[in-house]
Amino acid sequence: MKQILVVDDSPVVRKIARRILTDMEFDVAEAEDGSEALRFCSEKMPDAILLDWDMPVMDGLEFLQAFRKLPDGKSPKVVFCTAQNHQQSIMRAMTAGADEYIMKPFDEMILRDKLEQVGLV
Amino acid sequence: MQQQSFDALCAYLKRTSGLILDQSKQYLIESRVLPIVKREKLGGLADLVLILERGTNQALAKEVVEAMTINETYFFRDRTPFDKFRDVVLPKIISARQTERTLRVWVAAASTGQEPYSLAMILDEMSNKMPGWRVELVATDIAEPQLTKARSATYTQFEVQRGLSTAHLLRYFTQQGDSWQAIDALRSKVQFRQFNLLQDFAILGRFDVIFCRNVLIYFDVATKSDILKRMGRILAPDGALFLGASESVIGLGTDFAPDTEHRAFHTRGGIGSALGQPIKTSGIAPATPMAAKTPIAPMAPAVPGSRFATR
Repeated sequence: MKQILVVDDSPVVRKIARRILTDMEFDVAEAEDGSEALRFCSEKMPDAILLDWDMPVMDGLEFLQAFRKLPDGKSPKVVFCTAQNHQQSIMRAMTAGADEYIMKPFDEMILRDKLEQVGLV
Repeated sequence: MQQQSFDALCAYLKRTSGLILDQSKQYLIESRVLPIVKREKLGGLADLVLILERGTNQALAKEVVEAMTINETYFFRDRTPFDKFRDVVLPKIISARQTERTLRVWVAAASTGQEPYSLAMILDEMSNKMPGWRVELVATDIAEPQLTKARSATYTQFEVQRGLSTAHLLRYFTQQGDSWQAIDALRSKVQFRQFNLLQDFAILGRFDVIFCRNVLIYFDVATKSDILKRMGRILAPDGALFLGASESVIGLGTDFAPDTEHRAFHTRGGIGSALGQPIKTSGIAPATPMAAKTPIAPMAPAVPGSRFATR
């Protein structure tokens, strides 16, 4: 079972994502912000990360830049899932090493489709 | 909904457009036609059928047909047909047409354009393997409102996230407020025109590939067979026909046969001309151009839009 780490400061979003991802037979872990996610990944590298952008302490972009520098941080798929919906923001995220990008609001079909596009489904 | 009115509307749609609606499609009438009945302040579906049968309100008749033929569509729907088009069909055609260097593709139920634009993206990505080729992508649909949207190539945030990778989004679309619009270089690759599949296909010319996905389901067996027979006449002997994932040519004549190796498209049956077989192209009538053919050229890579501030 592949593990996916959901990083989002909203408990509602984490709950929705957990429900969908559990249905898709992922082992779901959660983190409330980038720094907590970074600590998690330093101990146990997940197969994929669903990443919000605007979070306290460490935002999604800062996390991604630090994450890709971790010894095993190159291979896990990172899918942004954020309300940062401007074209230039999307470009910044992709340049920083994101594999896919979901603009909120999203639905189950979009999440499934994006995970399929990065080869996780 | 009264059964008699439902049956009368079904009979009308079959007679005028070849559309087949069985009981399982009753919900479509409820969701798409009853709002028209309400807007027109009619007493019910029976009143609408009376007006349609009278034949005096063509605009209303057209609207009802169009309401019943709206297809769910999204970019790269079902993925496999597009993969097979890129990885199997296109390389074979490129190899077989080295002399003519022309490719004509018909999307027979283009709806709001996601399918033809998906193919246009693939063709753009393959353009380095097709130097000097003339490529035509003809996209037709019966419904003008869908075609208007298709021509505008403007999609909501939801629509561009269905099937479209972020890489494709950034390369081929620009953000316009809350919407995303395909760049001109992509839009110009597709010729849209209104067309009813009951019309004569000859005016469209000959094609190397036909995408007719998720539209035959609306027709009865006789109409399906007739459409396939007529498609067979305008498809190159070594061409490929793509149908919807749940559609099949079984029981619909011998004009097409499933490609048993790839299981993603159909080839013209009974003439030993499946893709990969030696073919003779000299007997193919030249395509009838619908618009000036333009050599395919790679599109410019996406450039960061400076007008979009980063939050």
